[in-house]
Amino acid sequence: MKLAALLSGLLFGVGLLISGMADPHKVLAFLDVTGAWDPSLAFVMGAALLTAMPAFVYARRRGRTLLGDAPIELPARAPITPQLVGGAALFGLGWGLSGLCPGPALISASGGSLGAIVFVAAMGAGMWLAFQWSRRRSDAALADAPLRG
Amino acid sequence: MSQESLFHALLGGALIGAAASLLLLGSGRIAGISGMFGNLLTGRATPVALLFLAGLLAAPWLAGALGAWSRPDFLAAPAWPKLLLAGLLVGVGTQLGSGCTSGHGVCGLANRSPRSLTATAVFMGVAALVVAFGFGGLA
Repeated sequence: MKLAALLSGLLFGVGLLISGMADPHKVLAFLDVTGAWDPSLAFVMGAALLTAMPAFVYARRRGRTLLGDAPIELPARAPITPQLVGGAALFGLGWGLSGLCPGPALISASGGSLGAIVFVAAMGAGMWLAFQWSRRRSDAALADAPLRG
Repeated sequence: MSQESLFHALLGGALIGAAASLLLLGSGRIAGISGMFGNLLTGRATPVALLFLAGLLAAPWLAGALGAWSRPDFLAAPAWPKLLLAGLLVGVGTQLGSGCTSGHGVCGLANRSPRSLTATAVFMGVAALVVAFGFGGLA
């Protein structure tokens, strides 16, 4: 269902705006656990999880979408790899420096913030570099793999 | 925090959760924003991801048109080198780590994924350390 995707993006964006999480100062105030801590983001995530978890449990059991009967694709829950942990750590570094993660950055850029547009450009460059790196690495892994047969 | 910001946090969070549920049960996909945007940049975007991103980008305009949002610039006069470095790190990190706050923090946790729980704990922990050591913020 294509309309569901458009509506979902809109709803997600409005939720981010209402929650206050599009404001990096509010995010940084949540991350400031040893200072003047603002727990808002914990309530945002808590409410999001309470709403989404039943849908995820149901979706896993059902396996097909409600309309259109397309397959539901859920990412693998394992394994925990060094790349996952290292990537998350790099993301945390950038998130802590700026208070910006991809969703709010895209929304602020669309809203016309020059700072957010520059951030999104740098983020896009980083994504492209990481993609090239992992592609080269998987090519190398394929070339190194012993031939079977 | 004020009662008003608590209400906004809960309402906004519930909308985010509802949006993730709608995408999953309606289109069969995870609302992972870094993944969708990364796929767009590397020529692997699906129609579902393109439509989701279009909706996301329309959100400030719709909210502005309805008078519910004044589109303030939260990043007026940032420290540009730090902004660039942070953007680069967020881009590389979310691709290598397969997700961001939406994909791991909301969808992954809702999916009770040990991978996402680990990633969320790591990026929140590292970000909190950055702020605790006084490096948080673009001013």
